[in-house]
Amino acid sequence: MLQVDDLHRPGLGPISLQIDEGECLGLTGPSGAGRTLLLRAIVDLDPNQGRVIAAARERAGVPAPEWRRLVAYLPAEPGWWADRVGDHMPDREVARELLRGLGFVDPELVLSWPVAQLSSGERQRLGLARGLLAKARVLLLDEPTSALDPENCALVEELLRARPAAGASVLLVSHDAAQVARLARRSLRLEQGQLVAVS
Amino acid sequence: MSGYIELSYLDLALAALLLIINAGLTLLLGLRLEGRMLLAALRMTVQLLLVGLVLQTLFSLVSLWLTALVALIMALFAGREILARQEHRLAGWWGYGIGSSTMLAAGMMVTMLALNGPLQSEPWYDPRYAIPLFGMILGNAMTGISLGLDSLTSLARQERAGIEAQLILGRSRWQAMRPIARRAVRTGFTPMLNSMAAAGVVFLPGMMTGQILAGAPPEQAVKYQILLLFLIAGATGFGTLTAIMGSVWRLTDSRHRLRLDRLQAPAARDASAA
Repeated sequence: MLQVDDLHRPGLGPISLQIDEGECLGLTGPSGAGRTLLLRAIVDLDPNQGRVIAAARERAGVPAPEWRRLVAYLPAEPGWWADRVGDHMPDREVARELLRGLGFVDPELVLSWPVAQLSSGERQRLGLARGLLAKARVLLLDEPTSALDPENCALVEELLRARPAAGASVLLVSHDAAQVARLARRSLRLEQGQLVAVS
Repeated sequence: MSGYIELSYLDLALAALLLIINAGLTLLLGLRLEGRMLLAALRMTVQLLLVGLVLQTLFSLVSLWLTALVALIMALFAGREILARQEHRLAGWWGYGIGSSTMLAAGMMVTMLALNGPLQSEPWYDPRYAIPLFGMILGNAMTGISLGLDSLTSLARQERAGIEAQLILGRSRWQAMRPIARRAVRTGFTPMLNSMAAAGVVFLPGMMTGQILAGAPPEQAVKYQILLLFLIAGATGFGTLTAIMGSVWRLTDSRHRLRLDRLQAPAARDASAA
């Protein structure tokens, strides 16, 4: 479960929302409305105020690295810090399985690829795989399929659908209303840093 | 150290002709460097003549407090130099404070060690030994620290996505900054490592050359030079490492966030300087 109370920072909020265990909540809104700011604030990547509770633990009482393992944030454009794909995957065994599910035919070969040669679609799928490895209780997804073709998009959606089914709480930011309708039963809209409508 | 050839001001004027010829050449070629060359030469001459006077007085007085004062002034200038060489520096007093304090601490520690250990000058703060030694150590630590810090802050901006990717996955700020901190330390160490590698083979170090010209036996001059290179390496190492660790600490916070907002934008700096 994820509970956000009165979360605010310059340009955003105050925001309050709740996502139950096993629920996927959609978040739409125009670009620049603060959707990425909201996700970054929840995982505490930028200074912000407010109360956030995940899996019955309050953020203020949890060291930040541990909090981010509890609440995984998957940015639209994942960053890389080493030369090869495999250097970014702590658990290669689980990674191989995830990569197969994401449409990579030879996972072992993919792990040896240099990051510099990846296409933007490959980067996005590999970034998702990396973020999903740890099986966090809460997932914050920022435009998870923005760089993908319809075929890969369907693979990713299938993979993402399995997470709430396994009990995770998911917050899905997407500009694609159809995708939000497919994955989320409930959705909110963010405009100029404020939640405006519930459908 | 006796029997060196004394120089007159006429000798210096003759040597200055070389620079004037160079300035004339850049003028002919339209490189527009002649003004800066002459200004730099003039500045160097005035600075060194003044320092000569100060040192002459200082050496004859042998006062602990005066020596400490001169050392402090040198360190303050070096601190400004570190700041000026950084494109993206920490905002506020941190930009000046981290570089200057680590340089001063490393320089003082190593100089004291040398004065009380190998050199055994009497008294230990005898400015004839303390000031030149401190100056050489300080200058090299300054270069290492300024290169290291400049590299760290530029890399933090460039590699933001990679650093935050690690933080997102639950790594600590120290782990996430390690790849760029390592590159910054390497950059800071490079001139010191290069000068040790090339000393004696590619060039004869300045201090050793000076001692030989002043009449010291080469074997003694070499020993002094080796001692000095070790001292420089020690001070540059301590200074660069502590300055980079301090800046990593300041560029992140206790909630393990990357805080690029604590860097000053170059544009804002120019505006505030104007």
